[in-house]
Amino acid sequence: MTILEIKNVTKQFGGLTALSDVSFQIDEGEIRGLIGPNGAGKSTMFKNIAGFYTPTNGNILYQGKNIEGQKPHTIAELGIVRTFQETTLFQEMTVFENALVGTHIKGRTDVFSAIFGLDKNKQKAAGEKVMEVLEFMGLSDRKDQFASELPLGSQRALALSIALVSEPKIMLMDEPFAGMNPEETNHMMDLTRKVRESGITIVLVEHDMKAVMGLCHYLTVLNFGEVLAQGTPEEIRGNDKVIEAYLGGVK
Amino acid sequence: MNNKSILTRQNIFFGAIFFAIIIAMPHFLKFHHQDLLIFLTVNVLVVCSYRLVTLTGEWSLIHAVMMGVGTYTATLLFNHYDLAMWFTIPMAGLVSGLVAVLLCFPLLRMTQFYFLIGSFAAGEAIRLIWIYHVGLFGGTSGLRGVEPPILFGIDFLDPIPYYYLTLAVVTLCLILLYRIENSRVGLTLHSIHWKAPLAESVGVNAWKYRALAFILGSFFVGIAGALKVHYIGSVTPNQFGIGYMVFILIWVIVGGYNKFYGPIIGVIALTVFDESIRSFEVLRPAIYGGVLIASILFLPLGLESVPGKLKAWFGIGRTRQEPPLTDQ
Repeated sequence: MTILEIKNVTKQFGGLTALSDVSFQIDEGEIRGLIGPNGAGKSTMFKNIAGFYTPTNGNILYQGKNIEGQKPHTIAELGIVRTFQETTLFQEMTVFENALVGTHIKGRTDVFSAIFGLDKNKQKAAGEKVMEVLEFMGLSDRKDQFASELPLGSQRALALSIALVSEPKIMLMDEPFAGMNPEETNHMMDLTRKVRESGITIVLVEHDMKAVMGLCHYLTVLNFGEVLAQGTPEEIRGNDKVIEAYLGGVK
Repeated sequence: MNNKSILTRQNIFFGAIFFAIIIAMPHFLKFHHQDLLIFLTVNVLVVCSYRLVTLTGEWSLIHAVMMGVGTYTATLLFNHYDLAMWFTIPMAGLVSGLVAVLLCFPLLRMTQFYFLIGSFAAGEAIRLIWIYHVGLFGGTSGLRGVEPPILFGIDFLDPIPYYYLTLAVVTLCLILLYRIENSRVGLTLHSIHWKAPLAESVGVNAWKYRALAFILGSFFVGIAGALKVHYIGSVTPNQFGIGYMVFILIWVIVGGYNKFYGPIIGVIALTVFDESIRSFEVLRPAIYGGVLIASILFLPLGLESVPGKLKAWFGIGRTRQEPPLTDQ
């Protein structure tokens, strides 16, 4: 079943066309890879879906409803949550607090409840959800450390936890494997599979070919803002156009 | 968000001593210093409410003027409708908050430096309204005739009862501010400060929370404004100029804005310091400038970080590592 449909999306920045008439569909429960050379428009596509940009033209349909041009927090409430390139965390907060921010949609409260402690049950539930996810991600024994003190692999796992506690339907992961050593990459791949098994659709922008080929069910290749090819990892690996544009010379 | 209770035995003990001191204090002071103690108490509320605004990372230059909104509200209500202080204080807060609601729409389209400058411009615009609407606001010479209440035969014009009244109101406000900061709302405000896009990506409406901090901060500083005018009895637009705003900034920065009690330490320390350099009147601005520069250079986390640093030097216990002061 299609959960997210990108229909003829164009994004222009002044005279520069970053995305030109891009269309593809994402099925519920899959891990979709969005790949392409630098500047192909992958991150721009992400930002359009997550509401950080508004498409110049075209529609983005989530569960059949138009969502293009909505604010990021509205899109997050609908169930589409993105993670960021590099390690975007609340470095100055503890691991627990970082993940707790992720429970905002269910755990938010008003000033009066906050002052008089009327939201105790809600906050307790949020804290339990956080511990459940930190346990799942293998971070529970580090919960009182500052995010800035974590090693890179754990920081990425925490970034994933923040997104996970918000209980999304679709998770957009922007280069989660960048700068990782092979061991960390393997660990992250396991985590990503676990996330998907919990029923979350994953869209992945990534340069690490080992991770992309190993994880994704289906790939969409972008080049100069256009869809160059789509297919399973095997099909893409053998696609001449892709090899020419992207893998250049690799056999 | 801190889940540990602050009501440990040690905290209660030191808190009791602290309260005993501040309650006994006015009885050991000269009249002039009793006045100062009241202003200091009001200023504590001013800096703490300002800190609430800065929690989201937005520093404004309109806080002094929002205090003025509260002051003028209390003055007008007292002079025209003869409302007692029990009504003017909450009304001052509400009107300041309401003005903040209106200002949110133009001001919070901006962030960071632009917000700083924009808030300054908006503040000056409000001050100009006070200056040019002579009929209502009395122009540059302002308004006078505000009096403190008389209740149960106690005349609050006397500094000692008025000090206790101020202390009670300020303490109540500080408890509310503390509760807000250490709640879910406070956590969200902090998260916007450190990484607004990440907070937005999990559903935080950053604009709404910036507005909330600004409105609540204005509400509390409006109360501070009303408390002040009922004691000094008059109000002029110049009380709330950039000069006073700069003092608020210095208090907050020198005290340290990372902790709830930092600005309180700042305002107390600098008020005492200010009294001690009274005889060097001409040199005062230079001395203040020097203090600010020295504090930024040597104590970027403010005076509140001194005990931690001392502990670290003498190796007493293991101190919790301070988070780095990087922004975005």
